Amino acid sequence: MHVYLDYNATTPVAPAVLDAMLPFFRENFGNAGSVHTPGQRARAAVDDARDAVAALIGAKPSEIVFTSGGTEADNLAIYGSVAASSKPRKHVIASAIDHHAVLHTCEDLARNGVDVTFVPVRHGSEGRVGQGIVDPEDVHRALRPRTVLITVMHANNELGTIQPIEEISRIAREAGVLFHCDAVQSAGKIPVDVSRLGVDLLSISAHKFCGPKGVGALYVRSGVSIVPRCRGGHAERDRRPGTENVPGIVGIGKAAELARVKLTDDSGRIAALRDRLEGALLEQVSNAFVNGDPTQRVPNTSNITFRAAGGEAMLIALDLQGIACSTGAACSSGSTEPSHVLLAAGLSHDDARSSLRFSLGRATTASEIDYAIATVPAVVEKIRALSPRSAAVSVPSR
Amino acid sequence: MRPETQTEAVRDDAAFALADTPIAVAMSGGVDSSTVAAMLRESGRPVVGLTMQLWNQRRLPHLQGDGPAPHRCCSLDDVYDARRVAEHFGIPFYVVNFERAFEETVVRPFVEDYLAGRTPIPCTRCNNDVKFAELLATSRQIGAERIATGHYARVRHNPETGRYELLRAVDESKDQTYFLFGLTQEQLSRAEFPLGELTKREVREIARGLAVPVAEKPESQEICFVPSGGYVQFIESYLSEQGSTLASEPGDMILTTGEVVGRHEGLHHYTVGQRRGLGIAVGRPVFVVALDRERNRLILGADAELHAEACDVRDVNWIAWEQPHGPVKAQVRIRNRHEPADATVTATSEATVRVEFDEPQRAITPGQAAVFYSGERVLGGGWIAK
Repeated sequence: MHVYLDYNATTPVAPAVLDAMLPFFRENFGNAGSVHTPGQRARAAVDDARDAVAALIGAKPSEIVFTSGGTEADNLAIYGSVAASSKPRKHVIASAIDHHAVLHTCEDLARNGVDVTFVPVRHGSEGRVGQGIVDPEDVHRALRPRTVLITVMHANNELGTIQPIEEISRIAREAGVLFHCDAVQSAGKIPVDVSRLGVDLLSISAHKFCGPKGVGALYVRSGVSIVPRCRGGHAERDRRPGTENVPGIVGIGKAAELARVKLTDDSGRIAALRDRLEGALLEQVSNAFVNGDPTQRVPNTSNITFRAAGGEAMLIALDLQGIACSTGAACSSGSTEPSHVLLAAGLSHDDARSSLRFSLGRATTASEIDYAIATVPAVVEKIRALSPRSAAVSVPSR
Repeated sequence: MRPETQTEAVRDDAAFALADTPIAVAMSGGVDSSTVAAMLRESGRPVVGLTMQLWNQRRLPHLQGDGPAPHRCCSLDDVYDARRVAEHFGIPFYVVNFERAFEETVVRPFVEDYLAGRTPIPCTRCNNDVKFAELLATSRQIGAERIATGHYARVRHNPETGRYELLRAVDESKDQTYFLFGLTQEQLSRAEFPLGELTKREVREIARGLAVPVAEKPESQEICFVPSGGYVQFIESYLSEQGSTLASEPGDMILTTGEVVGRHEGLHHYTVGQRRGLGIAVGRPVFVVALDRERNRLILGADAELHAEACDVRDVNWIAWEQPHGPVKAQVRIRNRHEPADATVTATSEATVRVEFDEPQRAITPGQAAVFYSGERVLGGGWIAK
């Protein structure tokens, strides 16, 4: 049996999305920038997709900038808005659990003379309440007169925890600071409405909600100016030049349309499966616990520490038994390092290395969850029994 | 019945019993381990490819020089090569991260050995404490009870003694048993060295025949984590990264006669038997004959003074027996590529022996291994103490 429980990494393209895209590789291959009829046909498709994406997040179509994905959207939002600020010295606030597309961008800004504050997340009280969630007070305290941007993700990719975006946006608005939100892991899983959230900039990525890889979008609220990262023609209102990826944009449009329609149905069903998986694993495996606030969480994600069982070995053993899940963000070699998110949420290095993320999706079935419940406990116990943390390895060092 | 025939039968039984459990292959991205993976796959056994991430190249970036360093261990290039080989043969493949264990059990002892005036062999420690410890444990955790590597060596079960024996490779010029003497019976019982029966030429031919993607890749001979800049620079960079001031400082160079003839740059720059790079002229060839850690002195002398008849060996691991009964006649190898020399090995305690050579040996170097052979069999081995 092959069970895919890594929807936070990526999702399969929905059949309807693929069907919508295919004509734009073949008969409707036109360049959306061309004057002639084939070009106009492509332009119309891009405009339709822009409407659909705008509708998914409650924006105006003119506020949508198509990009090559979530990472480019994050980069454009952060570099673009910081560059657009005329303040002589600038300060940016980011959360410690944001995606590397945000963190590494902020670190690069820091190397180039911008002050950056990374606000922590709470470690959680009794029952994990608040674990993996930014305290808006910390954001407020981090504000400086020179702060030009706050960037905090909506839902965390590893824990699934939902950040208090509305409260943080209120703080940003009162301080007159731009607010960017990486909503890559929330769009399609929970309602995302830019007006309710009160954000100025918001990133999404198609392949996280059954669209194709290689296309995403940045919402830029009307009146907010950003400096483009690439120079070229006039596409995307000068904010993202380059010939439009028409099939990809059609794909994100169709995926956005499906996500909007299916959201309510999907999230209840997926949450029930997730809760069943989580409950059964905690019941059957000793020394296991869930990470992240139990209620302020997207419905599809479960991050579980199986104490003293190496995450890497669990991941491989499960893969060899047909179950695909994750230990955290993978590094370039395909190997894993302890997750910065789990460490920020208060886990020890050892616990962070003994954690798995299961993320469910639209196609997840009850029998797949049954198979996972039947497989994971034995894998964990075998790994614990054969743990290499023996005398040979724990040589005392200075 | 020849012993080989006997042991073949035993191995066939074992292979039969384990036929449906996968075997893990330690894949470095080089031609040897890639060929092993290809051979096992061709034999129809279920195979899992594992590549160890041991050292982060970005840690000491100034050692890397300009541009990418080719054929460094754990470089993205090597991981890429290993992955390509696995993809080519349809082998499930994973990179496993043992950076922590590698630093604790290999890199730090390597640095400490040099600072203590010894000349270490990191590959042996890596075999003992990482490859056949961490990697074997991970293999078993994921369901592979045995592990195959690209080492040139042979292992066989001796039904008379009940022990797993380690034998030199058929290709004497490629034999790597010198680096494998520390393997325990448990480790040997789970190890497979398919290249031990083959010559390097045959391995290349098999690699070409199976269209192994890295069949023409050159071999790497160096210590994997030490860039071509050399180990001295590595040690100094590592120590400064660790925030430790160099523990090995300049001191006197003296002749065995007691005459001070110059200053040395820190004992970690030198190794026993070294002649070049001493930066002094005393009118006759002089060699490093000893490193005196206690008084931070480098002791120089004539070639004849490098010869010794005996050495003490510590942390001995016996393979042929649990413990030998009395003194053992053996051929003892005191460095890689050294021609094993006749000697008598006598236990002085449970894990230490004294090796007395029939003929004096040149440059017996503390920190190197002394491996005891009886013909093609490895009897055991340990670390040269003094």
